[in-house]
Amino acid sequence: MKNKLTVNISPHLHNNESVSKIMWIVGISLIPAGAAGVIIFGLNALTVMILGILSALVTEWLMQLLAKRRITILDGSAFLTGLLLAYNLPPGVPLWLPAAGSFFAIAIGKQVFGGLGQNIFNPALVGRVFLMASWPKYMTTFTKPLNFDAVTSATPLAVLRESGVIENISYLDLFLGRRGGCIGEVCILALVAGALFLFWKGYISWHIPVTYTAVFAAFVYAFGGDGLFRGDWFFHILTGGLILGAFFMATDYVTSPLTRKGQVIFGAGCGILTAVIRLWGGYPEGVSYAILMMNAATPIIDRFTRNRIYGTMIPVNRK
Amino acid sequence: MKKLFREFFKGVIKENPTFVLALGLCPTLAVSTSVVNAVGMGAAATFVLMGSNAMVAMIKNNIPAKIRIPCFIVVIATFVTIVEMVLKAYTPGLNRALGIYVPLIAVNCIVLGRAEAYASKNTLMNSLFDGLGMGAGFTLALTLISSIREYFGSGKIFGYALSHKFEPVSIFGMPSGALLVIGILLILFNRLKGRKS
Repeated sequence: MKNKLTVNISPHLHNNESVSKIMWIVGISLIPAGAAGVIIFGLNALTVMILGILSALVTEWLMQLLAKRRITILDGSAFLTGLLLAYNLPPGVPLWLPAAGSFFAIAIGKQVFGGLGQNIFNPALVGRVFLMASWPKYMTTFTKPLNFDAVTSATPLAVLRESGVIENISYLDLFLGRRGGCIGEVCILALVAGALFLFWKGYISWHIPVTYTAVFAAFVYAFGGDGLFRGDWFFHILTGGLILGAFFMATDYVTSPLTRKGQVIFGAGCGILTAVIRLWGGYPEGVSYAILMMNAATPIIDRFTRNRIYGTMIPVNRK
Repeated sequence: MKKLFREFFKGVIKENPTFVLALGLCPTLAVSTSVVNAVGMGAAATFVLMGSNAMVAMIKNNIPAKIRIPCFIVVIATFVTIVEMVLKAYTPGLNRALGIYVPLIAVNCIVLGRAEAYASKNTLMNSLFDGLGMGAGFTLALTLISSIREYFGSGKIFGYALSHKFEPVSIFGMPSGALLVIGILLILFNRLKGRKS
């Protein structure tokens, strides 16, 4: 009898998820956007992606070796950081740029804080902002889509910032990605497909991306035009890195709030900040800065949106 | 004599004002954009530290405990004024580059910190060497930070170009770069210290 009953502590139900599995599946969901980027901008985009990923993996390995931590370069998180960073780069950058960016993203953005799960800021965005501050010349030179002679062209948002008018470009072109921009952000169709896959798998919830996009659209609609409620919100959603940022980077588990309520606040904050930067800020695009700023606010959001545990009093805020 | 040397070297490594005590970080962040600025700032701060430490050590028994901080500030401000006038007269370029941070030495935490924590309890010679050591440590730290920042940020050292083999990483010239460099150096410093003890 003694051997037949095993007494075990909870939890008794397991499912098959692990951090590494989720990371790899998010990676898979990003493949369509990357493929679209390669089709639109040519093989150079693929080289940038590969170099970004390789550099991220090597840096992760080196840093973990230096810090004498367990080597976990195959858990997919460094892969994902490298890939997302490459998606945030213009396709025509010199090839050392993705390598330098990934190095910074992993070394300073992640490992210095203690590795996966400890970082305050989204590492890929840290890498992008580092590159933006260090070599703005390369980060704002975009190649023309579907043109393999490396002709440069401005992004629709840059045109909007320079001239104050929205470029004559159809919504369909924007949706399919026939515009200048970063590798992974141009093809909205592919990004939405990947995001739907993640929703279906249950890896991301609607709270952050939907509030982000909706608040952003409402803000741009209200203040983005030449008068109240005349802004072209659809154009603003389809351009820049909004969809990539809202669905794949703002939803990063580590750097976004834990509770649903907190995630809604987080998404709304990202939306307002992005719109403010785009409409009145110094840069044509503000997704990365908006998400990083809200990353910084995540601990305080978490603190004030703590869920009430069922059957207890309203929790007192402990110090 | 041996003790004086110990007072001096303590400020350079074991109690380095920037990397160990983490005092006076604002001027460190602000003026470490180029090595020339850093050395100038370090020299000015060293002079003030030595002067104020010596003066405070001499008059420490005549200062009532309750108003000692204002007294220290008056002493420090006197030396800062001397430094500022000398800089204005002989090196106007450096004075312009350092800007507001020269008068701000008066409220530099290292100077007040050493006056309060050391000079007001120790003899004249010890205080003088403590000031010299702290100043040297501050100057060395500033020089180290600024050479890294100047080299990576603009590819130059002392204003001379060293190589054009890489594109300058302009973030190192910005305030955020200063924070990064200081952070990384603090990691290294703590690591070395931890290994020794």
